[in-house]
Amino acid sequence: MTDSPANSQSSTLAPEPLRSVVVRFAGDSGDGMQLAGTQLTDTSAIFGNDVATFPDFPAEIRAPAGTVAGVSGFQVHFAADDIFHPGDKVDALIAMNPAALKAHLADVDPGGIVIVNDDEFSKTNLKKAGYPTPEGSKEPTNPLDDPELSSRFRLYRVPITKLNQAVLKDSGLDPRSVNRCRNMWTLGLVFWLFDRPLDTTEEHLTETFAVRKKLPAVAEANIKALRAGWAFGETAEIISERYHVEKADIAPGLYRKVTGNEALAMGLITAGQLAGKDVVYATYPITPASDILHNLAPMKHFGVKTVQAEDEIAAVCMAIGASFAGQLGVTGTSGPGLALKAEAVGLAVMTELPLVVVNVQRGGPSTGLPTKTEQSDLLQAMYGRNGDAPVVVLAPRSPADCFDTAIDAARIAMTRMVPVILLTDGYLANGSEPWLVPKAADFKKIEVNHPDSPGSASGAATAANGDTGDHAEFLPYQRNENHTRPWMVPGTPDGMHRLGGLEKQNITGNVSYDPDNHQLMTDLRHAKVEKIAEDKTLVPDLEVLQGDASGDLLVLGWGGTYGSITTAVQRARAKGHSVSQAHLRHLSPMPANTGDVLRKFKQVLIPELNTGQLRLLIRGKYLVDAVGINKVQGKPFMVEELESMIESLVGSAASA
Amino acid sequence: MPETNLPVLKAKDYASDQDVRWCPGCGDYAILNAAQRVAQALQLKRENTVFVSGIGCSSRFPYYMNTYGFHSIHGRAPGFVTGIKVANPDLDVWMVTGDGDGFSIGGNHMMHILRRNVDVNLLLFNNRIYGLTKGQYSPTSEQGKKTKSTPFGSLDFPVDPCQVALAAGASFVARSTDKDRGLVPVMQAGAEHKGSAFVEIYQNCNIFNDNAFAELTGKDTREDNVVYLEHGKPLIFGKDRDKGIRLLGLRPEVVTLGDPGSGGVAEDDLIVHDQTNKPLAMMLATLHAVFDADGNNVSGFPEPLGVLYAEERDCYETLVQQQVDAAIKKRGAGDLDALYNAGDTYTIGA
Ligand code: SF4
Repeated sequence: MTDSPANSQSSTLAPEPLRSVVVRFAGDSGDGMQLAGTQLTDTSAIFGNDVATFPDFPAEIRAPAGTVAGVSGFQVHFAADDIFHPGDKVDALIAMNPAALKAHLADVDPGGIVIVNDDEFSKTNLKKAGYPTPEGSKEPTNPLDDPELSSRFRLYRVPITKLNQAVLKDSGLDPRSVNRCRNMWTLGLVFWLFDRPLDTTEEHLTETFAVRKKLPAVAEANIKALRAGWAFGETAEIISERYHVEKADIAPGLYRKVTGNEALAMGLITAGQLAGKDVVYATYPITPASDILHNLAPMKHFGVKTVQAEDEIAAVCMAIGASFAGQLGVTGTSGPGLALKAEAVGLAVMTELPLVVVNVQRGGPSTGLPTKTEQSDLLQAMYGRNGDAPVVVLAPRSPADCFDTAIDAARIAMTRMVPVILLTDGYLANGSEPWLVPKAADFKKIEVNHPDSPGSASGAATAANGDTGDHAEFLPYQRNENHTRPWMVPGTPDGMHRLGGLEKQNITGNVSYDPDNHQLMTDLRHAKVEKIAEDKTLVPDLEVLQGDASGDLLVLGWGGTYGSITTAVQRARAKGHSVSQAHLRHLSPMPANTGDVLRKFKQVLIPELNTGQLRLLIRGKYLVDAVGINKVQGKPFMVEELESMIESLVGSAASA
Repeated sequence: MPETNLPVLKAKDYASDQDVRWCPGCGDYAILNAAQRVAQALQLKRENTVFVSGIGCSSRFPYYMNTYGFHSIHGRAPGFVTGIKVANPDLDVWMVTGDGDGFSIGGNHMMHILRRNVDVNLLLFNNRIYGLTKGQYSPTSEQGKKTKSTPFGSLDFPVDPCQVALAAGASFVARSTDKDRGLVPVMQAGAEHKGSAFVEIYQNCNIFNDNAFAELTGKDTREDNVVYLEHGKPLIFGKDRDKGIRLLGLRPEVVTLGDPGSGGVAEDDLIVHDQTNKPLAMMLATLHAVFDADGNNVSGFPEPLGVLYAEERDCYETLVQQQVDAAIKKRGAGDLDALYNAGDTYTIGA
């Protein structure tokens, strides 16, 4: 863009430098807050900041306008340093109506900036948002008139609706469409406030509206509103502060912002290509996992076949069927769906077929909090099946890590003939971060070995497994040194065999009710999973990520809490505490050295967004007296919460 | 057609080495036998054939076929079949299910596999009872059935599998019985049909529901109680082939053939079966012979056996594959680096 005011003329008000800023946009679901937030994120990322985001959707698709239930939020954290989480406290809240102010004010840092759309604080809207009408009055109290508010925050009342209307009065758009541009007007003001260029957003608006949707007038109006918001900041002199966050020291390279669900979809596609297989992704729509389907469905040219099944059970059965037929079978869901899939996952355990089950965890039990995050399906993933039915469980730690974890999950499933459950969560799925774009050539192929005749089964015909190799019949449960059975694919001559949920005799695969055989097979199914940890390329050792290998306290996390834990440990260490951090990516089997790492610390703290599920496992498995910090509010940990827990523990360790 | 240099397979070549474990006298044996004969007639390649089942007596079927097999979980065989066909459309997939497996616990999936028209030969063993769990009534049991779980008689109104299959959009619907001469030809027609071929087989459970279909299968009673559907032929039945079905307005009625002058109905006035006519198929699916305790047919209608309906329609897995092929043709085979670099990328300088 050549004529963008932000680029062609510099502002008269010099910005103050800051290391990091957390901005939250909040408005009605229809107010376009997600777009505004995304644009601030993209602009900051392209500028060179480190960024982390956290969208907060209402559970209802279109909750009544103006109500607290209908408020949609998007939080952006951009910084001149490495950041790992979207931020605890909001430095600047943009509230488009009274409900948004009500829902989000509590999260604003005292002394922080609050920009409101003054025009929307009408009687009706105040009532809809549930602001009380004092006795003896007919009108609800306007919180903006409360001196307390302006003393606690830097409150800016901006008549956004009217200003936007004035700018667009000649745009030819109907009043509704004009109002739809308010988010861009507001974003323009935020761009001025934080000294950001407009060009990324202008290009995006042109691409979306003018090129793709063929609505040039809409593109033009949005760009006009964006520039007007910027110009308002510059000329109106209502806001007398401006900030600038310097570029972060990020490893040079080509980056792209990804959400967890996007990264996960790309990981699955990559895994399919690395194995030379179609990806059959069968799923039933469920929040917050549906975007994986949306991301995979257009990728048919990668041999991705998506099936929107009639229900969760059918979906997992289709994935297992696809694996039996020799492709990569994957199903995706969230907590309640995993419960429905349990019996079928047990069948995959019994038939020892590859399967990847993605569970984007959300608040539970039952329907719970569909749009909120939680880590409470760990034990369901580990044990939520009838019988002794061990599976592999993996959990990525950040949105971008969903990519690598998806590849790892598929690799383990296909090379070890085992179902793998991948536990992400709503926070990872919808949150985003910069992703260093990889090169396809750098990934190791997934070597899958399909026998082409009965005798050629992998690991068959060894003295150790008692097989002489001179049999004409295929032996489906003839195992190799990893206890892995051969993946014989229908269509292979003389490979005919029958699988099923009834207990199978080891080696022959015939139905067997023999007690000793059942003991043997149960033990083998466990040993097969445990054996995976012996291969460090599949399950790397547990690393101490920060701090010494021994000391007063180890903070051990898993999954999406990584960012908050990392920052909390950094801060505690900066204060001189002996604190270290480790993060489990492999929950089953756990890394071979896990017990050794834990036992080198006086105390182990396990923060989890559940009531203590990993803690139960760690205590049971390693007899380590771990303590927990546990939160189930549908929200990620605040760094502050973790920090004070850490301090209370190291304080007590020092005095002990 | 088999290639000339391949050995010709006999029916017994399709039998696995496993002992068949159904109760002696169970109707399942005859169906297994028929399936092996159809396989032999079509010279199915064993390595390209997959039998998939759910849970129940009938669902042991895959263990007895010398093909690939998958004995899955209760009611969910349609999911496995769909996954297998989507993953590899070239496989010849059969699904074996029962009235409980297919229409109680798996009723939902049945509807969806049929509407999608996944190319499968679907055999529904309907014995109107739960065999494997030892004799509770099933969703196809007649109302009032006394079983261990319904000592005072069952209250549920039964489901009608062929009606449901047609309503769900099955592209092929047929019916036979375990003892019927039509079983092999009907199964073979289903196997040759491209799409979901739904074949309901009345099967005698001699342990828990013996003689449920005696009037339809007994030598002396069968011809009077069954009408064999043949495409392009009038609906004539009876030991003496002297009865037929005609339409009076929209209502079917059984008539006696003969000289119109002496009260009979001419053959030309009978319904001529047209297996491509769905309204006709739906009407035929509602006709049933219903017997009282003494074996009298109280509905007056014969039970239609044979192919009720057959249409050509695209199969789900073919359409899935076509979308993949079209995408590759249009965009070229997927390139991972292009995938990673799509979207808004930006460079952070050194
Ligand atoms: S219980 Fe009935 S259906 Fe089952 S095997 Fe025995 S006779 Fe056959």
